[in-house]
Amino acid sequence: MSKDLSEVIGRVVPAPENFLSAEQLESARKARRSFMGKALAMGAGVAASAGAATKAIAAEGEDAILKLPEHTTGLGMPVAMDPGYGQPSKWESNLRRRQSPGLTRVDAASVSFTPLQGLFGIITPSGLHFERHHQGWWDIDPSKHRLMINGLVKRERVFTMDDLMRLPSVSRIHFIECGANTATEWGNVAVPSVQYTHGMVSCSEFTGVLLSTLLEMCGIDKKKAKFVLAEGADGSSMTRTIDIERAMDDCIVAWAMNGEMLRPENGYPLRLVVPGIQGVSWVKYLRRIEVGDMKYAAKDEAVHYIDHMPDGTHRQYTGIQECKSVITTPSAGQTLLDKGYYNVTGLAWSGRGSIKRVDVSADGGRTWRTARLEGPVLPKAMTRFNIDWVWDGKPAILQARAIDSTGYVQPKINQLRAVRGTKSVYHQNAIQSWLVSENGEVSNVQVY
Amino acid sequence: MKNMFKLSRQVAVAAAAVALTGAVHAQNQPWHDLGRAATPAEVKAWDIDVRPDFKGLPKGAGSVSMGETVWIAKCSSCHGDFGESNEVFTPIIGGTTKKDIETGRVAALVEGAPSKAPQKTTIMKVATLSTIWDYINRAMPWNNPKTLTPDEVFGVTAYLLSLAEIVPADFVLSDKNIAEVQKRMPNRNGMVFYEPLWKVNGKGDVKNVACMKDCEFDPRVKSFLPDFARDAHGNIQEQNRGIGPVRGVDTTKPPAKGLVGGAAAAAAPAAAPAAAKGPNVNNLLAANSCTACHGMKNKIVGPGFNEIAAKHKGKANLEAYLVGKIKNGGSGVYGAIPMPAQPQVKDADAQAMAQWIAAGAQ
Repeated sequence: MSKDLSEVIGRVVPAPENFLSAEQLESARKARRSFMGKALAMGAGVAASAGAATKAIAAEGEDAILKLPEHTTGLGMPVAMDPGYGQPSKWESNLRRRQSPGLTRVDAASVSFTPLQGLFGIITPSGLHFERHHQGWWDIDPSKHRLMINGLVKRERVFTMDDLMRLPSVSRIHFIECGANTATEWGNVAVPSVQYTHGMVSCSEFTGVLLSTLLEMCGIDKKKAKFVLAEGADGSSMTRTIDIERAMDDCIVAWAMNGEMLRPENGYPLRLVVPGIQGVSWVKYLRRIEVGDMKYAAKDEAVHYIDHMPDGTHRQYTGIQECKSVITTPSAGQTLLDKGYYNVTGLAWSGRGSIKRVDVSADGGRTWRTARLEGPVLPKAMTRFNIDWVWDGKPAILQARAIDSTGYVQPKINQLRAVRGTKSVYHQNAIQSWLVSENGEVSNVQVY
Repeated sequence: MKNMFKLSRQVAVAAAAVALTGAVHAQNQPWHDLGRAATPAEVKAWDIDVRPDFKGLPKGAGSVSMGETVWIAKCSSCHGDFGESNEVFTPIIGGTTKKDIETGRVAALVEGAPSKAPQKTTIMKVATLSTIWDYINRAMPWNNPKTLTPDEVFGVTAYLLSLAEIVPADFVLSDKNIAEVQKRMPNRNGMVFYEPLWKVNGKGDVKNVACMKDCEFDPRVKSFLPDFARDAHGNIQEQNRGIGPVRGVDTTKPPAKGLVGGAAAAAAPAAAPAAAKGPNVNNLLAANSCTACHGMKNKIVGPGFNEIAAKHKGKANLEAYLVGKIKNGGSGVYGAIPMPAQPQVKDADAQAMAQWIAAGAQ
C-alpha cells in the first residue's frame, strides 16, 4: 500500500470541508498518473480523496473513516422537529429557484427557474417547481374557494373544495412547460446554465377530478360546445381557451401535486392541468370554466403567447409543447473534474405522447448513440435518460435528440429558424449543445 | 295476507320504477348531484369575459377625455402618459401607421422592415379590440384589478385608441360602436390560426431526421455565451451541488487556462449552508410591488432606495415620515410623477421597509 494517500487520486472529489489549492490539486493529479495503477493494483484507489491532502490523511487512511465523527458518536435530532415539515439538507442550499436578471422588470409578473442541473429522476421537488406569475401569487383560503361551470351546459353549477374532493379522482404524472421556455436561445446564446435555458419545465404527479367528469355532471351541450374557457381567481384572472377534445380527454381539475396539496405558488387550492399544452393554459387558482362555441382571444392568447412569424403574422393558439430534450449533467455552468467516465443524464418530454427514444452525440451531431430510458416512460411526462461516456479530455460537444411516439424528431435550431424565424419567442424545442472545453468547463453554445 | 303481500309487492315495484327514472345518474354516476346550482347573480359576478364577437361586453360608454383622466390617475405611473413607457412594462402604443389601419396588417412586424417603435407594442400585435377591453377590465390597474367601472374601461380603451390614431380625440367609445372600431384595428388581419400546433394529434411544421452516423455536420460553433453574460446570473458555482461528478463553474473568474485538472477543478466549492435570516426586506419590497417603480440603486419610475436614504439621512422622525409616504403616497419631492397611495401595505411591513431605508437602504 502506498505510504502517502495524497499520491492516489480517485475520482472522488474533495468533500466540501476539504479544500485544495489549484497547485495542490494539479500536483495530486500528476501524482495520480504515475501512482494510480500501482495503487489500484494494491486495492487502495477507490476511496482515496485528494482533498485530504497531506495534513488530513494519515498513513493508515482517511480521517473521514478513521476518526469517527460526531454524528456517529453522538445523539441525533428528535422526530417532528419544528415546523413539522421536513426541509432539504443544509448542504443542498445551492439548488434554488432563481430569477433570470433582466428578463422581467416586475417580480410579481416574472419567472423563477427550476435548477435542472442538480435534479434526479423525473419528479420535480415541489419547492423547486418553476414559478410563473402574471400578477403575483396568493395563498387562498380553500374553504372560500369556489369553482363555477357555466355557458353551454344544462346545469350551471358551483363546487366547493369539499364537493370536488369527494369526486372520483385520478393521479397522473405530467410535465408542465412554459411556452417561453428556452426563448432566450432563439437568437444567439444568452444565458449561462441549463437552469436558465430550460428551467421553465417541471414534472409532477397531479391529483384531481377529470374536467370531463365535471362537464358531464353539468350536462355539457355536446352539439354546440367547441371550446372551454378556464379562468383564475387571482388579480390577473388568467383566461385561456381549451378545445373541447382536450377538455373531454385528459384535463384534470387538480388540487394536489406530488402527494400534498398544491403549493400556493402553483395555484393552491385548485389549478387546471392540461397535459401536453404550455403552462399558461394550466390556469392557477381556477375559479371558472365556461363552455362556449368560439375561441376567446384572451390577453394571453392575443397579446402574449403568440408566435411572431417572419412574414409579420402571429400564430395564435399554438399550445402544444413539442418533443424536446436536454442534457442536465454535464451541462453549461458545470465543470468536469477529470477525464474518464461520466454518466451523461438528462430529460426528454413531448406534448404529443410518450418518449420513444433519445440519442446523444458527443461530437456536435456527427455521430449519435441511443441512450437508456429510465422507467416509467409515461405520456406527456418527463422521461429520464442516461448514457455512458468516457471523456478523453479533448473538446467535445454534447447534444441530446428526442423522438416521440408519433415519430417526430426533435429539430436543430437552424431547422426551427428556417420555418419560424428568430422572433417567435415561444415553443423553442431545438437540440441544445453544450461545449466541453479542455479545461473541463461546460458552456452553452450553438452548433448545427 | 296473500293479497296484502301482492299489493305491497306492486307498490314496491312501482316505487322502484320511479326511483330508477329519477336517478339514472345515481346508479352510473352516484356523484352526479354534488355541487349546487349557480345563481344568476353569481354567474353575472364572475362571467366577465368578452369574446371577439363582443359577447359578454356590458353596456356603457366612455370618452377619450374621460379615459385620459382615469389614465393619468391610475395607469400612467407604470405605462407612461401616452402608453409609450418601456420602464415597468413593455409599451402599449407606438409603431403603427395610418396605412396599417387601412390594411389591417402592421407593416413593421415583417422581418427586416423598419420600425419606429423600439420594440413591439401591444397595439402592433393585438388583432381583437375585445382583448384590450377584457384585459383592462379583468386585470388593470396592475395592483388593484377589477376596480374600474365599465364606463371607465370604455374611456381608457378610447384614450389608448386615440393615442394610436385609430379614433379621433373627441371620440366616445361604447358597446354600440365598438364593432365598427374593430374594423380599424391596425393588426386585425395579422393573426393566423395554425391548427397543427393546437391539436395534440397534429403534425408539426419543422422536420428533422434521426441520422445516427456521418450526419450532416458543421463543427463550427455559431454562437458562444458573450463574456458579459458569464456572470450575469450570479456565480454559477453557488448554483450547483458541492458533491458529485461535476461542480459549478466559478463565473466570477474567467475560464481556467490549460487542461482539465487545473484551477477550474480545484475551485470545487463548499456547499455553504444558507444562514437563517431575519425578516427579509427584499421580499417585502418585491411582495408589495415597490420594486416595480424603485430600484435598489437606480431610478425607475420613482427614485432609487439609495437616493431616498441619502436625501433624508439624519432627519428626525424619518421612519414615521417614510411610513406616511409609503401608505399615503406623495409627489413633488423627486419630480412630477406621483407615488400612488399604498393603503394595502401592512403597517408592520411599511415600518420594516421605512426602518431599512432610514438605516441607509443597504
